[in-house]
Amino acid sequence: MRTLNFATLATLATLAFVAATPSLAAETTAKPERQSWSFAGPFGTYDRGQLQRGFKVYREVCSVCHGLKLVAFRSLAEPGGPGFTAAQAKTVAGEFRINDGPNDRGEMFERPGRLSDYIPSPDANEQAARAIYNGALPPDLSVIAKARSYEVGFPGFILDAFKQYQESGVDFVYAYITGYENPPAGVSLPPTQYWNRVFPGHRTAMRPPLQKDQVEYSDGTPQTIEQYSRDVAAFLMWAAEPHLEARKRIGFQVMIFLVVFAGLLYFTKKKIWSKVEGHA
Amino acid sequence: MSGQTYRPQSRFMKWFEARLPIVGFVYSDFLNYPTPRNLNYWWAYGGILTFMLVAQIVTGVVLAMHYTPTATAAFDSVEHIMRDVNYGWLLRYLHANGGSMFFLAVYIHMFRGLYYGSYKDPREVLWILGVIIYLLMMATAFMGYVLPWGQMSFWAATVITNLFTAIPLVGKSITQWLWGGYAVDNPTLVRFFSLHYLLPFMIFGVVILHIWALHVPGNNNPAGIDVKSDKDTLPFHPYMTVKDNFALVCFLILFAWLVFYIPNYLGHSDNYIPANPLQTPPHIVPEWYLLPFYAILRAIPHKLLGVIALFASIGVLVFVPWLDTSKVRSARFRPLYKQFFWILVICCIGLGYLGSKPPEGGYVIAARILTAYYFFHFLVILPLLGYVEKPRPLPASITEAVLKPRKA
Repeated sequence: MRTLNFATLATLATLAFVAATPSLAAETTAKPERQSWSFAGPFGTYDRGQLQRGFKVYREVCSVCHGLKLVAFRSLAEPGGPGFTAAQAKTVAGEFRINDGPNDRGEMFERPGRLSDYIPSPDANEQAARAIYNGALPPDLSVIAKARSYEVGFPGFILDAFKQYQESGVDFVYAYITGYENPPAGVSLPPTQYWNRVFPGHRTAMRPPLQKDQVEYSDGTPQTIEQYSRDVAAFLMWAAEPHLEARKRIGFQVMIFLVVFAGLLYFTKKKIWSKVEGHA
Repeated sequence: MSGQTYRPQSRFMKWFEARLPIVGFVYSDFLNYPTPRNLNYWWAYGGILTFMLVAQIVTGVVLAMHYTPTATAAFDSVEHIMRDVNYGWLLRYLHANGGSMFFLAVYIHMFRGLYYGSYKDPREVLWILGVIIYLLMMATAFMGYVLPWGQMSFWAATVITNLFTAIPLVGKSITQWLWGGYAVDNPTLVRFFSLHYLLPFMIFGVVILHIWALHVPGNNNPAGIDVKSDKDTLPFHPYMTVKDNFALVCFLILFAWLVFYIPNYLGHSDNYIPANPLQTPPHIVPEWYLLPFYAILRAIPHKLLGVIALFASIGVLVFVPWLDTSKVRSARFRPLYKQFFWILVICCIGLGYLGSKPPEGGYVIAARILTAYYFFHFLVILPLLGYVEKPRPLPASITEAVLKPRKA
């Protein structure tokens, strides 16, 4: 077809150019590997046991430095979450101390947490945290699994739309926690910095947070760094996207409805237009 | 098949119609409105866009009931919507992805207009009103992107408002006036929220004018020739309503795919980091639909000229009806224009890709070439083609175009 020659040539030229353009932002950091998650894909759901283990890891390890201020205790017992009973969630809440007040004498006071409370952050404010951690600020983890990502590049990012890949954040979190390495020869790090294979710039202020057998699992799950990391990453995905299960469930219903509706409209359209000469 | 008007039957409707002839208006301008019988599915996007505008307004009004437009509370209030408001996650994902779908539809609609010459005599005003709607959409979308007050929100607001500092002499004053202070801060956020709520209703107003200006000359069509007899048209209802609705539902399947399965695919992960004026993200990028213009802006090594090129790239569209010198509307009968049209499409997609890349080395050179080509298309190719090109013979009528299609 002669008419499209120009256009075809231009497309090829553009593609060739795109392919030939050197990756100028020379990425030296490794790309996180894609993990297999129970919540991926159109019918994905969270693994309750995994979220409960992940919460345990968060609570015993991460929460020393990192807050989770957007997550309410009640949500631990809400549908689509870790599946704690209301009584269990209440007990968990009660083990935290909440700053409240002022009371009728005008004083602030501490009280045990309630279901309606949000998980309290470890430090009073940003300055307090920076003062403790050599100027670094441990970020709040409430939406961290959506706030981190890595570049996929062309054409992978287009394929990801069809593959429904939405786990770049949680893949990064897992790769980060498990990504500590010795720095390459010739690189010396100050004692407050650590070498990580996926962290942008490699130098991170978080020390390797997990060790083997650090957190006790009562369900027989292996107590390895990889397992802890996987569990806590999944838990953080839930913390960032607590309605994921409802979204995917409703999404499937909506899809069925729309496809059937589109089919009915298609045949209605054909019927109506069949009266018009020259139209199928 | 057209020409009938509404005749009220009951006494009440006769009484009412004599005072407000709205039923007759809807009847003759929408139900029985004559449309060319050869409209293809590229003509469905007008209806889809109307649907998207209403959908954005409805979801936006409800979101505004739960959102707090202050620098300290905005980010958390969006998360409150995502977590605690009933179906808040659905409303927000519909609204955020709805913006993208809105732009996808408007780009198809605009390229449709360019391909079939819908901007030509007698539809120039219709086209210009469309350009105004597009400008308003860009402003609305940009301000909406600022509202979650994440890192990308904040830094996009900083980059775009800083463009105004390029204006000689008064640039800085104008920028500070826009900010409501000496930097992007709480006053900026609050006014952006106010304007983000206002502008869609202005869009709605211009859309009414756009439809009015459409209904005076009537639709263009794939053959690009005028309606010559009643045989060339079909009443809008049921023919176009059923066709448009089928297209709309197909479009909604794509929309639902985004909302329910990949709601953060088109967003930037940095916007889940609360705004921090002290920390610039490594790459500041706008939403995908503004990337071609971002590429044009950064392709020019001079700030003021870059801003001028940015605005000129949209402004040039206003003059397209007069830049195109060809007497033939539809690219179907314009063998050369048809090819240049597709090159322009590729050029715009290329600019979009380059807009997402850092402004360094080969990317800048490529962006400069494509920017130059973009303007070359409108300012040189379009005017010249009218003289150089030999159009193929036009069909005698729309009916003939449908019943005896020429082999390509």
